[in-house]
Amino acid sequence: MALRDIAIVGTAQRPSEVNSTFTSVEILLPVIQQLLDKVKIERSDIGFWCHGSCDYMSGQPFSFVSAVDAIGAWPPIIESHVEADGAFALYEAWVKIQTGEVDVALVFSNGKTTSGPIDQILSLQTDPYMVAPLKPGFDALAALQARACLEAGVVTERQMAEVAARSRRDARNNAVAYTKGNESADDLLAMPYTLNPLRAHDCATPVDGCNAIVLAAGDVARRLAERPAWIRGIDHRIDTQRLGARSMIESSSAAIAAQKAGVARDRIDVAELHAPYTHQELLLRNAMGLSESTHINPSGGALVANPAMAAGLARFAEAAESIFAGSADRVLAHCTSGPMLQQNLVCVMEGE
Amino acid sequence: MSEADGLVRLRQPIGVTYNWSAGPNATSHLAGLMNGQFVGKRCPSCALVYFPPRNGVCPKCAKILAGDVEVGPKGTITTFCIVNVPFLGQKIKLPYVAAQILLDGADISMQHLIQECEAEDVRIGMRVEPVWKDKSEWGATLENVQHFRPTGEPDRVMGAESGAS
Repeated sequence: MALRDIAIVGTAQRPSEVNSTFTSVEILLPVIQQLLDKVKIERSDIGFWCHGSCDYMSGQPFSFVSAVDAIGAWPPIIESHVEADGAFALYEAWVKIQTGEVDVALVFSNGKTTSGPIDQILSLQTDPYMVAPLKPGFDALAALQARACLEAGVVTERQMAEVAARSRRDARNNAVAYTKGNESADDLLAMPYTLNPLRAHDCATPVDGCNAIVLAAGDVARRLAERPAWIRGIDHRIDTQRLGARSMIESSSAAIAAQKAGVARDRIDVAELHAPYTHQELLLRNAMGLSESTHINPSGGALVANPAMAAGLARFAEAAESIFAGSADRVLAHCTSGPMLQQNLVCVMEGE
Repeated sequence: MSEADGLVRLRQPIGVTYNWSAGPNATSHLAGLMNGQFVGKRCPSCALVYFPPRNGVCPKCAKILAGDVEVGPKGTITTFCIVNVPFLGQKIKLPYVAAQILLDGADISMQHLIQECEAEDVRIGMRVEPVWKDKSEWGATLENVQHFRPTGEPDRVMGAESGAS
């Protein structure tokens, strides 16, 4: 079966904040309205709605159902939800459009990351029998991975500090970013360890945020956007959940996903990598074979603003915007999920 | 850790504490309850009155709810069930009635208990009023109302005049 041409035609993101007193629904609603206004479509033009969020973050079972209030479900709509980052909701919407049932989909995601202890909450994603009862802490798991990478010589602390310094500098040009700075790698290396070998700047900044994206097929996409970001390849791969059974110094799932998405077929101008820890960006660059000529995370990436469950979809929004603006022709958007880069979704988009 | 029947058992409870926010649009609802008032919210687009104000948003119109509207305190039973089944932690004497109550002036119903009458006398359309707990026990919760009880007024015929259809 021939695949349909599907593109991102519009994006909207809410500026990051911490300890937001708005409900998730109140956070989402204006962003979705802003996106509809931007793309110049009505709610009735959307054939499929897909949402990414995590009930563990709000502490309320089925809390995602209330998010439907933000999209207006009357007359009835066709919608779905993934208990995951919105990037995986985008993948579902892409499949839905591929079936030919709909031409336009709106994907949205939200995370009130600062309303609970996100380090503990995310570590509940681990194997519930052998690992979760140990309450390892999500940052601590990443620190184990960083230690293994440093010991193996796959990354250096200086490289990690350079990733942080670049991200914080680039964040200064991004209105939705939270952590911004102008420190050198040397300045950052002088900072104390928080979870040895990780320093505070090696770990993503938890923020409350949300975003939304419109996907459309073929001529509909051409009508809705001047320069749509066409999805040329998209792939999702998962490493084993047994932490001790996989190599911590590489990401084989990211490598396979990148290969299947066609990353190596041509140069990549911009790569928006969802790397919540500095060493993970280095691992992902290695796994995907990204060269020095690729601009990594011009947005500042998840390090400077990590709304959990929305930070992956934010990478798609940022990558697509660089196509819209004409500053890039071929881009990569990536989302990770689970401890130590367990899951990886890679997407290649191109402008015409 | 304990050993019994040759098995090693491990109990490791996991608890997570959250800071939950009602949101600016639902705060007047909770503040109203602390003053013994039922405060709902009106949709600026379709004019329906929500009590409780859900997440501060009209789900039909996808609009942020705007003005405060005091509703009730009396209301009408729109549907009910008689609970006869005992369960762990039950606080109320069986049988009791859990009902959906449409407060006067509201367009969505809410659930509460019906007491001070026989369960078999409860019916759709029955008029009820709140019985508040002692003020010293009040918080930002609908539990400030101990239960609802019949007013003795004539039944209200639920139909076209109601927004709850």
